[in-house]
Amino acid sequence: MSKHLVTATINGDEVDFTCHADQTLLEVLRENLLMTGTKNGCGSGDCGACTVILDGRAINACLVLGAEVDGAEIETIEGMSKGNELHPLQQKFLDHAALQCGICTPGILNTAKALLEKNPNPTETEVRFGLAGNLCRCTGYDKIVRAVMDAAAEMRANQS
Amino acid sequence: MNEIKNDAKTNYKWVGKRTRRPDGPDKVTGRARYGDDMVMAGMLFGKVLRSPHAHAKILSIDTSKAEALKGVKAVVTHKDIPEHAPLQPPYGPVIADLHDISRNVMARDKVLYDGHPVAAVAATSERIARQALKLIEVEYEVLPHVLDPLEAAQPDAPVLHEDQFTHGIEPAPEKPSNVFRVVSSERGDLDKGFAEADVIVEREFRTQPVHQGYIEPQALIASASEDGAVELWTTTQGHFVIRAFCARVLKMDMATIRVTASEIGGGFGGKNNVYAEPVAIRLSQKTGRPVRMVMTRDEVFRGTGPASGTYSHIRMGAKKDGTIVAVEAEIYNQAGAFKGSPVGRSLDSFISSYTVENVRATAYDVCVNRPKVAAYRAPGAPMATLPAELAINELAEKLGMDPIDMRIKNAVGDGGQSLNGVKYGHIGLMEVLERAKNHDHYKAPLGANQGRGFALGYWMHGGGLSSVVANLLDDGTVAIATGNPDIGGSRSSMRAMAAEELGVDLETIKPIVADTGSMGYSHLTAGSRTTFATGMAVINSVQEIIEKLRALAAKKWDIPVDEVTWEAGQAVTQRDGIEALTLKQLAGMATKMGGAIAGHSEINAGGAGAAFCAQIVDVEVDPETGFVAPKRYTVIQDVGRAVSPDYVEGQMQGGAVQGIGWALNEEYIYDDKGRLQNTGFLDYRMPVASDLPMIDTVIVEVPNPNHPYGVRGVGEPPLVPAPAAVASAVENAAGIKAASLPLSPPKVLDAMERAHGEG
Amino acid sequence: MNELRYEAPDTIAAAVSLLAADAQAKVFAGGTDLIVQMKAEMIEPALLVDIKKITEARALSIGADTIRIGSAVTGAEMGENAELKAILPGVVEAVQLIGSDQVQGRATIGGNLCNASPAADSVPALIAANARAEIAGPDGTREVDVQDLMTGPGKTALKPGEFVVALNLPRPAKKSGDAYLRFIPRTEMDIAVVGAGVALTLGDDGKIAAARLALGAVAPTARLVSSASDILVGNTLDDDVLSALADAASAACQPIDDKRGTIKFRTQVAGVMACRAAKIAWMRAEKN
Repeated sequence: MSKHLVTATINGDEVDFTCHADQTLLEVLRENLLMTGTKNGCGSGDCGACTVILDGRAINACLVLGAEVDGAEIETIEGMSKGNELHPLQQKFLDHAALQCGICTPGILNTAKALLEKNPNPTETEVRFGLAGNLCRCTGYDKIVRAVMDAAAEMRANQS
Repeated sequence: MNEIKNDAKTNYKWVGKRTRRPDGPDKVTGRARYGDDMVMAGMLFGKVLRSPHAHAKILSIDTSKAEALKGVKAVVTHKDIPEHAPLQPPYGPVIADLHDISRNVMARDKVLYDGHPVAAVAATSERIARQALKLIEVEYEVLPHVLDPLEAAQPDAPVLHEDQFTHGIEPAPEKPSNVFRVVSSERGDLDKGFAEADVIVEREFRTQPVHQGYIEPQALIASASEDGAVELWTTTQGHFVIRAFCARVLKMDMATIRVTASEIGGGFGGKNNVYAEPVAIRLSQKTGRPVRMVMTRDEVFRGTGPASGTYSHIRMGAKKDGTIVAVEAEIYNQAGAFKGSPVGRSLDSFISSYTVENVRATAYDVCVNRPKVAAYRAPGAPMATLPAELAINELAEKLGMDPIDMRIKNAVGDGGQSLNGVKYGHIGLMEVLERAKNHDHYKAPLGANQGRGFALGYWMHGGGLSSVVANLLDDGTVAIATGNPDIGGSRSSMRAMAAEELGVDLETIKPIVADTGSMGYSHLTAGSRTTFATGMAVINSVQEIIEKLRALAAKKWDIPVDEVTWEAGQAVTQRDGIEALTLKQLAGMATKMGGAIAGHSEINAGGAGAAFCAQIVDVEVDPETGFVAPKRYTVIQDVGRAVSPDYVEGQMQGGAVQGIGWALNEEYIYDDKGRLQNTGFLDYRMPVASDLPMIDTVIVEVPNPNHPYGVRGVGEPPLVPAPAAVASAVENAAGIKAASLPLSPPKVLDAMERAHGEG
Repeated sequence: MNELRYEAPDTIAAAVSLLAADAQAKVFAGGTDLIVQMKAEMIEPALLVDIKKITEARALSIGADTIRIGSAVTGAEMGENAELKAILPGVVEAVQLIGSDQVQGRATIGGNLCNASPAADSVPALIAANARAEIAGPDGTREVDVQDLMTGPGKTALKPGEFVVALNLPRPAKKSGDAYLRFIPRTEMDIAVVGAGVALTLGDDGKIAAARLALGAVAPTARLVSSASDILVGNTLDDDVLSALADAASAACQPIDDKRGTIKFRTQVAGVMACRAAKIAWMRAEKN
């Protein structure tokens, strides 16, 4: 089994880790780095609970190898707020009660963040299809969609 | 659009307001710790070896090669789990048989389903643990298996338990059976009733097992100490119940096991049981190290319990004026590998919302070679509500009557009771039906290939044991500990009720969920009982603090305590010249004037209130493919009082969407060897965001007179009518009669062709 | 999996050399199938050869005659290429249906092809578009029609040491349009129960001058429906033509009953999807 020494930028900080060839980024984050904010719901790319942002793209960390992220920029849920200041998406999720058990929330927040960076003014349909890769069993998605649309509006207002 | 109709005029300061939940920031930042987010130094990794056969005798288990593998520290088989005698009759409504539970945790002489645990190992890494499983040699004698409850009930079916004889039939049988029991309820005169009917409908249904679908797999760490004490961290809906199960299964003293509930990533009833906990404790005892065990998604589907699949048959008769005069219904519930499906609740759900004079209902609890079923949001109710509600809709159609009018005509009133004699008390059924009938959705025009469905559901939530401890701190803040894991925002509601009672700001109250070592027994966060029962215990605890504060003020003022009242967060008296004392002031004095002030309450809450939920659903069917798209959905529910309206709405929306999945796409698919084929979210198809419209909610509040704030349980009713409402909409959109869930596209297409001729 | 190694060569030659040296080596691009199969222990590779550092495998170029898409170009990248989307909307929409947005951020066109699932979304669209796979190996480079590359479920015609470097597609003539539609039980996140890729070119007379229909998920490999061309060429999409097309599509099916669909359902819906895809391809062709 080959072992790899990797340096990546995670939430703006340079991080070194070693991993086995067969370890996914999800395993590295949770087990090697103890960054447990990224969740494991299925391990096969079907639930989106492990969504992180890799070089600007929202992807499933369970489908990326730890060995291949040398030099990459990774954003996880732990880096979404700035100090104690919540990102507008995080704030709106609280305001809209867009979480019940909260296990899907970190993944959905990352997907939504990447979505709004590409499309700052999405329709409800675009939000729903953009979130199709994130399963939520508690909320029925209604309040999640409202929270994302409201955050998008606020972020647009902040830009102008 | 979400509306709240406040039938009780009282305007509270916190109860009923949309407030920020206390655990919110931790959950949106990834800080909150769920089952798999805990680490303990030196921890080992445990993995379970599972049966690849649906039904087989275990002839031998050889773990020697696994034990010899470098890095493996211990192995557990049934030899390490104590034997338990079977539960003896009489049997209550809920079965908890240690003989069964211990066998479900680890198979003894037989494996009874694909996924049944056979052995477990603990090793220094997950990789080594998985390797070790491959080295365990199990010799099986494969037996014929049975998956369908009707087939399993036949006399020639393969028998799962040679020592199980059907209860509830006369004469007592001598041949073992997969049918554990038959329960039935009867009233009136069925023949006379049907004779009076002007129209009779007869329907048959099949439903598939559906999994609760929580996104967080089961996960735990067990750590056993040499002095016998065990610490257990686990994701669960009830850590006191887990403690009890572990202690009983392993024959340990309960107090030696201290369970901390992690944050929970969904449960819906599926995390009320033990699976790996006793095994992990054993592995930890053998190794002297903490052992972490986390299920893969594959294991969750193969090894944990879904809701029962069913076969049901109903015959219903009504008079021209819409009065339902007779109902005859039966349902076969799959229990999975061990007895105990919720047959009593199924019986209760056939006609629970209606007064019908002549009824006979029968339910069969049938073992099949599938995972042992577990509770799922109103266990037993959705699958019995389905045949009843679709039969009523068909009767209404034949009589040319509006479906909601037909419900109104037959609606049960205050003082009504269920088939099993559960009394309803004061209920809000009529209010719910009126709101449904007058809702915009009910009148909105439908487009091409669209259809509308209506269904009504009933659920009587639980009460039960809850304990709470409330401590007043020196600075006037209040720490409240409950024993109920917070699945959906209950800490918010506890805080609101406490703040309301005390008359202080929300931020004064800090709610936590404490471990089993810190306080008295609390039953599960389940059965829609938490806001109701634990809420009452919170209120009692805070009232005890108020009594002590009044006494303290009286002492300070040197006046009789009955001249002191508590108003808006202060002790006040009518006496001249005495200024009121605030909570903060009194708190600062307490320890100098007698001692710390605390309140606690251990109750067995009674006085649950029946709840009713009506749903209106529009779907659109693609006539060339059978694809069904939900287009509009409205949930109207009597919640008694919405303590935290945001979260009440969330329960209504979440339950409705689970119902959509149940009705349209969720099912277990087995091969001819009885092995589960869809063990992941790819082929176990739960609704995704793009499948759905917004779910509109109408909160009706007809307060429950038995709760200080009028609360009725809110979590379960939204799922009860949902599969029926969606199925009814599909029937109307496609012009078909639904006979089997899920109404997946091939079934709908096929039914449309048979109904309309070649498509 | 105990002997697994990971390498990331940056030239074609180095990749070929690694693949040729180890019979249990696997090409690793997006990993969205490979990692799932490894974790499920369906495959046990000894070596993962990551091709994402090879320039030729990552490049996308649109020439006057040929569109060349590197095999390790992701679905998301293809969707972000406005020019590609305008020229071959069917191919782009096919790759954009694979999994979720997160999966498309990693899944590659070459990976989807070489995983050779009978239900792979990209394949019917690629076949309809007349795509050829550019293969590098120990004996040099060769080109193979995409439909000939697929030999069975999970099987390709790649020889030891070979890998697909790029897909080459002829640039469609003017008045051409393509489309890909699939049937799934939800709106997203499902494997195709039936997939239909159609490419049409209209003549000056407003009738179809060239047509290709390929179906996925209804046979061991995705396949061209050869009779479709005869039915469509020289015609417009009137009811009779569409009816004949549907029948031809259904007749070309050799499906199985599995957890995603039945023989009966797939056969019937193949006809429906073929017609709907043809209509969209027609509308796009008219606009070009």
